[in-house]
Amino acid sequence: IIVDSRTSVLDALRENLNLKGTKKGCDHGQCGACTVHIDGKRINSCLSLAVMNEGKKITTIEGLANGDKLHPMQEAFIKHDGFQCGYCTPGQIMSAVCCVKEGHANNADEIREYMSGNICRCGAYPNIVDAIMEVKKGGQTL
Amino acid sequence: MDKNLLIPDTFFADDDRVDGVAKVTGKAIFSAEHQLANMAYGVFVCSTIAKGSIKNMILADAKRAAGVLDIIYYANCPTVPGYNAYSKDPNKKGYEWRGLKVFNTNQVFSNGQPIAMVIADTMERAVHAASLVKVEYNKAESDTDFDAAKNDEKKLKKPGEYKRGEADAYKKGEIIVEEEYNIPSETHNPMELHATIAAWDGDDKLTVYDKSQGPKGTQRDLAQCFGLDEKNVRVVTEYVGGAFGSALRSWPHVPAAVIAAKKVKRPVKLIVTREQMFTTVGYRPHAWQKIGISASKDGKLTGITHQAVSITSRYEDFGEGIVNPSQFMYNSPNVNTSYRLLPMDVNTPTWMRGPGPATGCFALESALDELSYKLNIDPIELRLINHADVNPVNKLPWTTKFLKECYAMGKEKIGWQNRPTVPGSLTEDGMLVGYGMAGGVFGAGRGQATAKGILNADGTLILQSAVSDMGPGTSTAAVAVASENMGLPKRMVSFELGDTEYPTGPTQGGSGTTSAIGTAIIAVCTALKQSLKEMAISSVPAFANSKPEALKYDAGIISMSDNAAINISYTDILKAANKPVIEVIKEAGKQTADPQKYAMNSFSVHFVKLHVHPVTGVIKLKQIVSAADAGKIIAVKPARSQMVGGAVGGIGMALTEEVVTDNRYGRYTNANLADYHVPVNADAPPMEILFVNQPDNIISPTGAKGIGEIALVGVAPAIANAVYNATGKRIRQLPITPDKLI
Repeated sequence: IIVDSRTSVLDALRENLNLKGTKKGCDHGQCGACTVHIDGKRINSCLSLAVMNEGKKITTIEGLANGDKLHPMQEAFIKHDGFQCGYCTPGQIMSAVCCVKEGHANNADEIREYMSGNICRCGAYPNIVDAIMEVKKGGQTL
Repeated sequence: MDKNLLIPDTFFADDDRVDGVAKVTGKAIFSAEHQLANMAYGVFVCSTIAKGSIKNMILADAKRAAGVLDIIYYANCPTVPGYNAYSKDPNKKGYEWRGLKVFNTNQVFSNGQPIAMVIADTMERAVHAASLVKVEYNKAESDTDFDAAKNDEKKLKKPGEYKRGEADAYKKGEIIVEEEYNIPSETHNPMELHATIAAWDGDDKLTVYDKSQGPKGTQRDLAQCFGLDEKNVRVVTEYVGGAFGSALRSWPHVPAAVIAAKKVKRPVKLIVTREQMFTTVGYRPHAWQKIGISASKDGKLTGITHQAVSITSRYEDFGEGIVNPSQFMYNSPNVNTSYRLLPMDVNTPTWMRGPGPATGCFALESALDELSYKLNIDPIELRLINHADVNPVNKLPWTTKFLKECYAMGKEKIGWQNRPTVPGSLTEDGMLVGYGMAGGVFGAGRGQATAKGILNADGTLILQSAVSDMGPGTSTAAVAVASENMGLPKRMVSFELGDTEYPTGPTQGGSGTTSAIGTAIIAVCTALKQSLKEMAISSVPAFANSKPEALKYDAGIISMSDNAAINISYTDILKAANKPVIEVIKEAGKQTADPQKYAMNSFSVHFVKLHVHPVTGVIKLKQIVSAADAGKIIAVKPARSQMVGGAVGGIGMALTEEVVTDNRYGRYTNANLADYHVPVNADAPPMEILFVNQPDNIISPTGAKGIGEIALVGVAPAIANAVYNATGKRIRQLPITPDKLI
């Protein structure tokens, strides 16, 4: 794609590639709604320019499921009702996957701390912690 | 109460959200995400003074910037019919646009008011060009200092007084508490930014994708504002990314996008930035309160006086029921309340989750707690002593009231027996331990709603209504009601919403959506069953010559009431009748309960256990238990999540949230999510949610009352009361930040 030099990864995904799953909540790296994986690491996509990421592997919420088979974290979020409105949810899930992969999901308090970069104004936090605990216990490769 | 109806935590299964998969896969599309051909992007330029007028707009640089299509401001804004309406009556065509008339004049009423809009062909170009707009003002002296002006009688407007018995009787009481409470303005800040996409089709047809809690209300407002027939205005709002009251009405960006689309003759998308969310959208108004309350030594209340003042804008009065709970929550022979508004140079506030009672119960429930220590009576016992069996204002019985059950359930779950009766006397791991509780209440009347049912020959049932779902699980509840009433599995039922093409649904607010839409759905189901019976009689030989009353519908099967062996499935009836579909539209009028005969409320009680660091004053919540009398729980999992979310909102109100104003400039200093602190995951403790789950069939045949507001109302005082129990420090100014405890 050809993008403006000022275009963030977030806006490139949403406006240029029509991948609307990644959400804009603040555009300032303060809410986590735009969390994606870039080369396997969770990052606020509103804080990185598209042109800085040429050739990098970017995974968004649209790329998490395997066809119709949901990713274990997506299943756990549904089971534990880790959301209400669903707007912060793609960012929460992308962040949660990395939280487990990083080894920061060993207990509820650790999860609360390492998931605190993702704001949920509906306040689904306890349910999000439960979902991540379940995925961590399940021990699947994420 | 039947003990078996208490729902244990283990029950929460098989009640997944019907839109869950869409939400976890990124397929749920919110208002700003609709992709229209040839769409242009609008960006607001906002005022940097709080009061005065625009002397000069310097637009040359912005106009020269690449991709700019137009810049709209007061001097070139096309005529908006609703700005110069011929009627102020909202029931008459052409009623006046409520609130700020964006781009109408050069007047500035608040800092951060939208004063111009740049439209360009890409978002980046519009953002850049907006940064090039320069404004010269005739600046006037502004006043935003609420605390300084709140007791200045000359500045206050007087919306309401109430009295029963003797005014200020508390002054003669045996045991008296008389204190002031102050709650700063709080913002909703839902995660989805408010946004509008407007697209004209010719001069008289308009389609708007808008974040709205009431698509029909937005349709009506826009039709009036732009002089259009309602049927020519379509509003789509399929998914709403939270709102909590902020999308109960249309703010200036909605007409602004419509004006811009008309002017540039292209669809225009306008997203309100996070900073602009603080100044162009409403907020919970800053409120000062004073409570005087007295009791006899046995704990019986003898007088309550509750005064409140809250902030509003210069151009619009916004008031809410702050003092109302003090009138009816507890028995007291003498009660007087007064509520006044203080207009200042700010934008208009609005309803925010638990509007009125959330603010009022902080004062009332804090004062009761304070009184309990003076009386040396347990705070729960004090509330039970003064429990109102009938509404003390009008002496009417409640349709249902299970508040006593809430006390009992929550008390046991939190381990209330561990609460120290002497504040500051219990420690755990070097931390001071506190327990607190407080009650919450909200109105539970039912509104009007219409729903359409489409029963297909393949067995699926589609329901439609122009309501929106900002997160409480409206679709999930609607499917649950239909599934139960038709005896069909949930997978056969779907609910379509968020589009004014559907029959009129209620605006989602005041915890009334499920009871309203559920009632309409029950009416639809009843009509569908009747149609199936009539169709069986006319098309299925085995039922010929029967009367509909002689037929029975059960779980998709029509049979003879007196002979179950004669039966046929609903799909076979449709096939026999050669009908691909049955469609019915049913309206459910306002509540069946007579407000002259009943009082209608939902109730909650919140319990908190917390730690306070003895040196730094840092508060760590350990557990919240919320017990709710919300009527019948329709969809358990989302209902529980609403309670959890309300508690998290209450944590923000109690401990972190505060709009800070620099009164020299009338400007917010923390209009972003790094400086305005909403609760994060680490702020939320483990929670237990308990529902009494007793149906209220007087308010609604669904049995539901409401959850959304009582989930939050009472949480902040429960936390403040626990802080006092831990530290002996009574904090009456929210938020309770560590500096107030050291």
